[in-house]
Amino acid sequence: MAFFMDAEIALGTKLLEIVYMVIGLITIYAGIKNLLDKENPSRVGTAIFWCAFGVVCAFGNWLPVRVTGALVIVMILPAVFRQVKPGHMDVPSAEYMEGQFKKIGFKIFIPALSMGIMALIFAFFTDISSLVGIGLGVILSMIILMVYSKDNKPMVFLNDSERFLSTMGPLCMLPQLLACLGGIFTAAGVGDVISALVSNIVPEGNVNVGIIVYCIGMALFTMIMGNAFAAITVMTVGIGGPCVLAYGADPVVVGMIALTAGYCGTLMTPMAANFNIVPVALLEMKSKFGVIRNQVVIALVMLVFQICYMIILK
Amino acid sequence: MEPMELLKLLGIVIVIVGFALKLDSILIIFLSAIVTAAVGGLGVTGLLDQLGTNFVSNRSMAIFILILLVSGTLERNGLRSAAAALISKFKGVTSGVVVCIYGVVRSFFAAFNVGFGGVAGIVRPVVMPMAEGAVEAAGHKPDERHIEEVKGMASGMENVAWFFFQVLFVGGSGGLLVQGTLDSLGYEVSLLDLAAVEIPVALVALVVACCYYLMRDKMLRKKYYGDKK
Repeated sequence: MAFFMDAEIALGTKLLEIVYMVIGLITIYAGIKNLLDKENPSRVGTAIFWCAFGVVCAFGNWLPVRVTGALVIVMILPAVFRQVKPGHMDVPSAEYMEGQFKKIGFKIFIPALSMGIMALIFAFFTDISSLVGIGLGVILSMIILMVYSKDNKPMVFLNDSERFLSTMGPLCMLPQLLACLGGIFTAAGVGDVISALVSNIVPEGNVNVGIIVYCIGMALFTMIMGNAFAAITVMTVGIGGPCVLAYGADPVVVGMIALTAGYCGTLMTPMAANFNIVPVALLEMKSKFGVIRNQVVIALVMLVFQICYMIILK
Repeated sequence: MEPMELLKLLGIVIVIVGFALKLDSILIIFLSAIVTAAVGGLGVTGLLDQLGTNFVSNRSMAIFILILLVSGTLERNGLRSAAAALISKFKGVTSGVVVCIYGVVRSFFAAFNVGFGGVAGIVRPVVMPMAEGAVEAAGHKPDERHIEEVKGMASGMENVAWFFFQVLFVGGSGGLLVQGTLDSLGYEVSLLDLAAVEIPVALVALVVACCYYLMRDKMLRKKYYGDKK
């Protein structure tokens, strides 16, 4: 409680901690619900995963670093041994959704857009994190939905979010885990080794060549790994940092555009199965590469465009 | 360079090979973290410290969980039906235009981090019947080979719109990961700036995709039906 009373700590920081606590409570709820769910084939593993995730999220600011580190490993184990599974799901029927649309109509777009709008309002008009804006947007959206229909009780929101969380499963922790890996790479000096190697190819101090290598590398690594998020961690620590940012290029332009340069790779690889191969099955297409074939030209045009854009704006 | 130094790259090799072999993503990252910590001399405590510090300082990436609090209930209350009704307001257009209209609608909502269930949720039940209907309305029997490509284009539009417009959402996971990665290298950037720099890229991506698909669809319709429009 002392944290929230402390006048020295900015309001935005306190509000952000509350946001993390709410997120933590949502995942802890998912853990407990699954623990009590007789339909879940792996109640204990699922509960351990979601509860550990929730504790780190809600109380990470106060727990000793080594305890949170250990909790992260506690989360990883059931995930790796495939012991995190979805249980009973209360999926709304198509008739119900159609019926709700008849009642609510296009007004449903208002609560759908409220998170994005609140994030923008906070980003432009306050010093408080736009994530707090998203939090308020969520509250606003819930209130509007409750006004629209008496069916939307608090438990409906909670159970619907648990349903989506369980569908995503342990991959929910992937972005944070990748960030950890990035930190470990940096601490172990991986970036220095790569930049020493790459400096043999990239003439030192030539930022433009560095940008070209970085962007094409992002696209290629993403094609091999099928995941731009994994690629950006490796490439930014290895090439983006030492070969481009170290020479004073704008980190906003370089870091962000590299991610979408990586997305060009995603458009061209069967490794990104959920984007490029699953639709082939869903749409009953004949050619396995029917989606990729229609994306290659766009991906290449966008890659060239983004390299030029980065070079001009750096 | 010392040969021992090269050992530090083992973790990267594990990530690349692991993802390429489609092993469990979390397992790959965990293994890579352990191996890198070992060869980099971080030790067990160093590994725990890094995991703890970075996981907590990157909790912002879990913000999507808060948004899930309404995503499911929005769907329950007819969000998808509303999107379908919005797109089907456009009548008397060609199959290529149907794909582009979907792209524009999809892009707008993607910038607010709002999805409609992707290919399963809307391309298959809404966009494809509309595209086939457009071919029939022009007086042709839809040709299988043409429809196959329209399916590819509709999925492509789905991906292009989502990838390039979702990054415009302030607080989306892409921007957060970039912010976290840059932070570990010692650069501080704001989420709003990260989103703003993508605006021209997103618009160009949409225009390129629309022009390309309109041209491609026109060529295909000419080839299979002799359409001139």
